[in-house]
Amino acid sequence: MKQIVAFLLIGMFALPAHAIDPGEALADPALEARARSLSLEFRCLVCQNQSIDDSDAPLARDLRAMVRARLLAGDTDQNIRDAVTARYGEFVLFRPRFGGPTAILWLLPLFLLGAAGWFARSVFSRPTSSEVE
Amino acid sequence: MIAEFGHFALLCALCVCLAQVGAGLAGASPGMAGLMRVADLSARAQFFLVLIAFAALTYSFVVSDFSLAVVHANSHIAKPMVYKIAGVWGNHEGSMLLWVVILALYGAAFSWGERTMPHALHARILAVQGLMGIAFLVFLVFTSNPFSRLETAPFEGRGLTPILQDPALAAHPPLLYAGYVGFSITFSFAVAALMEGKVDRQWARWMRPWTLLAWVFLTLGIALGSYWAYYELGWGGFWFWDPVENASLMPWLAGTALLHSALVAERRGTLINWTLLLAIVTFALSLAGTFLVRSGVLTSVHAFANDPARGLFILAILALFTGGGLALYGWRAPATPTDKFQPVSREALLVANNIFLATATVTVFVGTIYPLALDALGGPKISVGAPYFNAVFAPLTIPFLVMSPLGPLLAWRHDRLLPLAARLAPAALAAVLVTLGLALSRSGTPLLALVLLGGAFWLVGGAVTDMVERVRRVKNLTQTPLLSAPVAHAGLGVMIIGIIAATAWRQELVVAAAPGDTLSIGEQSLRFDGVRERAGPNYTSEQGRLVYLDGAHTGNALLPERRFYEAERSQTTEAAITTDLAGHLYAVIGEPVDDKRVVRIWYHPFVALIWIGAFVMALGGTLGLAGRVRRPRIATRAGA
Repeated sequence: MKQIVAFLLIGMFALPAHAIDPGEALADPALEARARSLSLEFRCLVCQNQSIDDSDAPLARDLRAMVRARLLAGDTDQNIRDAVTARYGEFVLFRPRFGGPTAILWLLPLFLLGAAGWFARSVFSRPTSSEVE
Repeated sequence: MIAEFGHFALLCALCVCLAQVGAGLAGASPGMAGLMRVADLSARAQFFLVLIAFAALTYSFVVSDFSLAVVHANSHIAKPMVYKIAGVWGNHEGSMLLWVVILALYGAAFSWGERTMPHALHARILAVQGLMGIAFLVFLVFTSNPFSRLETAPFEGRGLTPILQDPALAAHPPLLYAGYVGFSITFSFAVAALMEGKVDRQWARWMRPWTLLAWVFLTLGIALGSYWAYYELGWGGFWFWDPVENASLMPWLAGTALLHSALVAERRGTLINWTLLLAIVTFALSLAGTFLVRSGVLTSVHAFANDPARGLFILAILALFTGGGLALYGWRAPATPTDKFQPVSREALLVANNIFLATATVTVFVGTIYPLALDALGGPKISVGAPYFNAVFAPLTIPFLVMSPLGPLLAWRHDRLLPLAARLAPAALAAVLVTLGLALSRSGTPLLALVLLGGAFWLVGGAVTDMVERVRRVKNLTQTPLLSAPVAHAGLGVMIIGIIAATAWRQELVVAAAPGDTLSIGEQSLRFDGVRERAGPNYTSEQGRLVYLDGAHTGNALLPERRFYEAERSQTTEAAITTDLAGHLYAVIGEPVDDKRVVRIWYHPFVALIWIGAFVMALGGTLGLAGRVRRPRIATRAGA
């Protein structure tokens, strides 16, 4: 319940999500695919928990246009991420960068798997080594 | 007057809870067995009392008694009856009342249904349930009272958020709560066992059906929520890694781990400590989910300040039960048995399963909490969203899928790898061939998607192998628990196939169309016939019409709508969806652009498999329950 209620309370402020408008898409399908996947990584700063790809807000539309303009100009994905982050801060990235306080987010799953595996050792017997002893 | 009855019933229920805790704790000590009966009666009385309160609130919604603040804020005379009733839990106060009703229902069901366990354990479990009842009733009555009156009763209510005015509102919240709150029983099992200081295989055996019951409900609740979001939010996304969704996923992941570890505890008498810990953590995560969503801390960090009493109260409940449970665990957890596992055995694979599920749970938890914590500690503001979770979960899922089919086919204690490989060879071959076929026929599919699809086919293949072997071995299909695990595993595989296919092969068309235009998506052509006005019971709508020009649905029409709700001054998008075997065609209409209209059409291939898979998983769980319910009776008869 809380799930959808809170989810939908968000919906009260922003209209239902809609992705891009007609005419926004780039003619080149490869560039457009990159634009879409980049757009999903950027948070719409005036919405609640929506990417600029999902949002109807004018700010999101401007940002989508900027992403596409830069793609047309030949920027790499990383150039564009850097440019957007430089303007709006780390908060705009739905996929945090690796580094500083966000490194833990990326290292944690690996660390957990390793640590859990190491702890789990204690419940296993190793017949070969005990036989050698 | 009716509302006052409801309020009074809640206060009575609170008193009864006090008796339940006292009698349960005292009755568990030697020589006080008579008091246990009081605990049982209290649990049942508590349920009837909160049910009376619930009926009173439902009545107030049905007759639109706007002198109640909650009815005024969330209902409207023109609202259809079904949403007046389901609207009872479409708001904070009512949904917390529903939470309390379900909590009491579990307590009463436990009191009625669980008759084979030692009386002291039974009494202690009821006492812990009563303690939770107290906490949530106090929360309800003092911070979220659904029965508080307005000074003057307005003539009209403010209406229910239109997006909630959907048949799914009737089922999604009760299912989800039945899942969350169901884990209160496993929590009570763990706490009661820790109080006794005696935990054994039999304990795990008693707890497992309750875990399974909660898990089945939670699975269905999350799946229904996902489907609701899919058709309601306007473009066909089914999972957004939104914090409120994560709040429901965490107890599901932990609960799934608990199901599997309890199996080891039951069969081998080991991993008992881990199982106790998981039982505590799973319910703690259910509470944390409630806290995160109910306090408003997630939607916006500042929303917390709007209602600090509620947020702080739930935080206190969370701290009390989590902290109390974990402290008791630290203090009383029994010594680890020395029985060791062989690496090639079913229990070894179950340990691996738990490692992955625990990692997934903590990853979701940290991903959800970290931005809040960092912000609260004065660090930079960051976001963690879908691209992060997808990037982390995809690689985590691959090894999980690869090893999952092995476990159920391995024997307990010790098995050999070579014969296992032979048994699973057909499943592996089938998975590889189907994946290769897809790679060739659908060029451009990302490699990661293919690998994940291959893993999912392998999981389904393994489950089918398992099913066939089990049926051959026992030759009795009425032994439903036998098929429980393979059916659930196959369901997971089917769900993952749906997720990957719908993500990798989705097609999209966004155009401004004039009436008479032909629109093409994939192989399908449709004619746009324009938009007409329509009136609904409490809304007006614009309905677009798209007619199939070719294919199996030729001549049929898709009728997407935009609805405008007068009372709530709000609008919703109602997608039109055509289902066929291969996928969904999903259409919505948008704004007018000059004399044209924005039309958005998506093709979501195999997307229905996501919810079919989830349903099959829940079916698997239910099969396990069906057999479980029978077994104790046999045991009793043999004992008598």
